[in-house]
Amino acid sequence: MTTPVLQATGLVKRYGKVTALAGADLELLPGEILAVIGDNGAGKSSLIKALSGAVVPDEGEILLDGEPVSFSTPIDARKAGIETVHQSLAVSPSLDIAANLFLGREKRRSGVLGSVFRMLDRQGMREEARRQLDALGIMTIQNPGQAVETLSGGQRQAVAVARAAAFGSRVVIMDEPTAALGVRESRAVLDLILQVRDRGLPVILISHNMPHVFEVADRIHIQRLGRRKAVVDPKSVSMSDAVAIMTGAMEPPQAA
Amino acid sequence: MTTTATRPPAPLPEQRDRSVLTRLQHLLHAQATIGPAVVLLVAVIVFALLSERFLTPGNISLILQQVAVVGTLAVGQTIVILTAGIDLSCGAIMVLTSIVMAKVAAGTGLPGLPALLLGFAVGTLCGLLNGMLVTRLKLPPFIVTLGTLNVFFAVNLWYSGSATIRGTDMPSLLLWTGQTINIGGTRITYGSIMLVVLVAVMAFVLKNTAWGRHVYSTGDDLEASRLSGIRTARVLLSVYATAGLIYAVAAWTLIGRIASASPQAGQTDNLDSITAVVIGGTSLFGGRGAVVGSLIGALIVGVFRNGLALAGVDVLWQTMAVGVLIIVAVSLDQWIRKVKA
Repeated sequence: MTTPVLQATGLVKRYGKVTALAGADLELLPGEILAVIGDNGAGKSSLIKALSGAVVPDEGEILLDGEPVSFSTPIDARKAGIETVHQSLAVSPSLDIAANLFLGREKRRSGVLGSVFRMLDRQGMREEARRQLDALGIMTIQNPGQAVETLSGGQRQAVAVARAAAFGSRVVIMDEPTAALGVRESRAVLDLILQVRDRGLPVILISHNMPHVFEVADRIHIQRLGRRKAVVDPKSVSMSDAVAIMTGAMEPPQAA
Repeated sequence: MTTTATRPPAPLPEQRDRSVLTRLQHLLHAQATIGPAVVLLVAVIVFALLSERFLTPGNISLILQQVAVVGTLAVGQTIVILTAGIDLSCGAIMVLTSIVMAKVAAGTGLPGLPALLLGFAVGTLCGLLNGMLVTRLKLPPFIVTLGTLNVFFAVNLWYSGSATIRGTDMPSLLLWTGQTINIGGTRITYGSIMLVVLVAVMAFVLKNTAWGRHVYSTGDDLEASRLSGIRTARVLLSVYATAGLIYAVAAWTLIGRIASASPQAGQTDNLDSITAVVIGGTSLFGGRGAVVGSLIGALIVGVFRNGLALAGVDVLWQTMAVGVLIIVAVSLDQWIRKVKA
């Protein structure tokens, strides 16, 4: 059996009397899109936050390529190669696309200009941004020097995805990437997700949108009451059955 | 996004035909200082036509001197406002540091340079206190600086004993900013020159360093910046401390300008600096603007007051003109912010 890229076992997270995660497991295999679905309060967000370093689980273990890791901040997770596209996108609207791609990890000029005068390598960052956008086939964005606030919702999402794809070396996590988008823009973002996977980066996709999940996911992780209820194959399980398992109306098939 | 890889992508439909107004909106969006620069240029031309004395070297020198103190404060105010903050205590920090510099030097006979550096240290510490209150206690900057405005002013009255320190009792270094050199027939004070250098340095830092970018993004969207791995509390702390240091530089310019250190000086300079920043095209909501704009904003106010005075307009109408400018500038900012692709 192949080693999962990212594996969580027995994660527990309590907020006072509320137990958000009650021994949750997760396995992300190399090169796959793993969708995580679940009703509100099933612990999807807490699970993802634990994996991306935004919260520290009370119990349980996270393994990255088989090695135990512990993240106390999102920066730790990022350094380990796990990039997250947050639902809020985490982009700075007044800065341009290139600046946003490199936000928080800007490249400095070489030599004295960089070390003494702390000058940014604007040209280098723009070129790299251009390359990243081209690599993902984001053609509707013409100029990396364009301010993000002049972009449409789908284009902003594309910028956030491009940032994650550019810096994520191990895993990309996407939290509800199509939630705020129209039909055409959703289409484009789903294509982007497939492209990221095709470049060899495994993706964890959190979504409420069943048609989107069934379209792109290789496996579907169904979260219920703070635990992993089942992992199903979208080709062999119907959408309504997945929803039934998610809401507890049906027991999962045994050979999941 | 499918098969256009070989040829350059077609422009988005919305970008093909734009009205003149939309194009103007985009231009101002990309270059926030163009608006204020045009206003300044038009004002200079109009006032030069109204009064022959307006463009004389003596009058230009006067405007620059009048603008130097508020302009310097506005540099510090700009970086605070870029983080979506506001600093009402800038004038109080300036007056307090001017008193510290002057009184230490006049009272203990400390030479000019250590007195000056002590003042810079006090200004930085005052700014740091503002920054700590904003980041640690998570209080709104308006409230923090409204409080410290009163605290710093009270400390200033206590330390100075409400007495003015005469320039003749101070080392000459503290008065250097009021000295002039002759540039092209116009006498320019070192305080004015220092302002221009300060603006140039700050503009460079904001544009070309990661710190500068983080200042903009922190003001633009605090949460997004945090998620992007920026230590936003540290950015805010450094911004308020740097602003404090700049207010201490303004204190030095103030001593040179009035050739003394008065605990009652600069009472409305905090609002005047905010006026300069806003007229200069920096958004009060943070994340958008430029320090060069604030210098232009300070110059616009100076030119309006001076030009209207030369044209024989009563001071109350000068004040009204400044008020109208503020409203126009903020309305313009709101409109520019609605820009779309």
